[in-house]
Amino acid sequence: MSSLSLALRDSATMLRRDLRHAQRFPMMTASGILVPVIFLLLFAGVFGRALSAGLGVRPGGYVDYLTPGILVMTAGFAAESTAVTVNTDFRLGIIDRFRTMPIARTSVLTGTVAGSVIRTMLSGVFVVAVALALGFRSAAGPAAWIAAAGMFAALAFALTWLTVALGLFAKTPAGANSLALLVAILPFVSSAFVPTGTMPAGVRWFAQNEPFTPVIGTLRGLLTGGVIGNSAVAAVAWCAGIALAGYLWARVLYDRGPAAAPAVAA
Amino acid sequence: MVRALRKSFGHHLVLDGVDLDVPEGTVYALLGPNGSGKTTMVRILSTLLPADAGQVRVAGHDVADEPDQVRAAIGVTGQFSAVDQMLTGEENLVLMADLYHLGRAEGRRRAAALLDRFDLADAAKKPAAVYSGGMRRRLDLAMTLVGEPRLIFLDEPTAGLDPRSRRTMWEIIRELVGRGVTIFLTTQYLEEADQLAGRIAVLDHGKIVAAGTPDELKRLIPGGHHPSLDDVFFALTDEGRS
Repeated sequence: MSSLSLALRDSATMLRRDLRHAQRFPMMTASGILVPVIFLLLFAGVFGRALSAGLGVRPGGYVDYLTPGILVMTAGFAAESTAVTVNTDFRLGIIDRFRTMPIARTSVLTGTVAGSVIRTMLSGVFVVAVALALGFRSAAGPAAWIAAAGMFAALAFALTWLTVALGLFAKTPAGANSLALLVAILPFVSSAFVPTGTMPAGVRWFAQNEPFTPVIGTLRGLLTGGVIGNSAVAAVAWCAGIALAGYLWARVLYDRGPAAAPAVAA
Repeated sequence: MVRALRKSFGHHLVLDGVDLDVPEGTVYALLGPNGSGKTTMVRILSTLLPADAGQVRVAGHDVADEPDQVRAAIGVTGQFSAVDQMLTGEENLVLMADLYHLGRAEGRRRAAALLDRFDLADAAKKPAAVYSGGMRRRLDLAMTLVGEPRLIFLDEPTAGLDPRSRRTMWEIIRELVGRGVTIFLTTQYLEEADQLAGRIAVLDHGKIVAAGTPDELKRLIPGGHHPSLDDVFFALTDEGRS
């Protein structure tokens, strides 16, 4: 077998391990969904009318504006739980065992990322279902939905590689959580909740140029109509860049091994 | 085979010019007190850590140049549990079989055989997290054996086990040697080295202070009529001087 097919086979084995963990310990996935759902309920249910009036859309129309932002947040919080899982998992002896075995070196990382992206996609479906129940209406056809799913998957993939690296980098699960939380709350300073035009100059500059804003713009354009413009290109470029940086960083940290973060005594 | 091996962490020199030769098909024990560098030694030999200087060949391959060939020949059971606690005993073994590309049927067959042999068949469907210390260590070694390694590293295989579990581990180790497997074992228990090993090296402060068969080591003590390995150990290491 070629080294690529061996790598795929080992990654698939590691993916099965990761999915089995998620199945045994569903709280980790559930807690990742909880925060975006709470924000969805809070912003659509509590602030929805005031924000609809502020944006000048029909009463209750704010949920249409909000949902793409909440989706992005879902990817962020799912990635955060990945950072914690990775940090916990990788300080266990089983990872040292993998490192002494003749297997594709990064298969445990790729298996983890694949599992995490699958969980994030399921979380996204759940969040969309809640949004629909709250009155979210989309005019998008099947092609636009598929494109939106692709954008969401690309974001999940990029954020997961980044938070896998953060999980390897942090010395404790709490540290991994804090670092990844910084990623997960970035959507607050973006176009997720209100248009960037309503923000003060400095904040506006940041919000317009941070990676989540073009992703949200693309999702919003696909799901609720509106101009996508350069957003799609910028979104894909950001995702590719973040994924590559996260992958390279994670590889270096994994190769270095517990020399940087000593294995804890059992 | 190890030549002039050195390793330091920061300014702390852990291994200071170690030379070792381990004959195939024997049990070689690296004996030393806590902090003498035993675990570092195993981590370097098993490709987990790079050495700073020196040459290390394991199963005919240089650990720095051909780590994958080394990994294909070895199995490692460390002193820290290397089982997946969220998986059952059986799933852990099947995971290993999948990573060794054994195929579904052969993997299951080997997992079942190992569960039987290590007296884990009754606990096969339980998550490893609920296993006792002795069971977990047996599962750990069983996972190491799935790939049928020629050379097995056992880093303090009986540390923290009760006397009965320790006896069981010793029996398993003897059985492995009977099948022609080479075992490199670290221990701080003199009795363990005496019981199992054909050759012993005593490591202290990163240096080999003595090496030979148990009997040769016992003869190193002048004047004693029937010195035990304990006497040798205390005479050779800091434990005795402090």
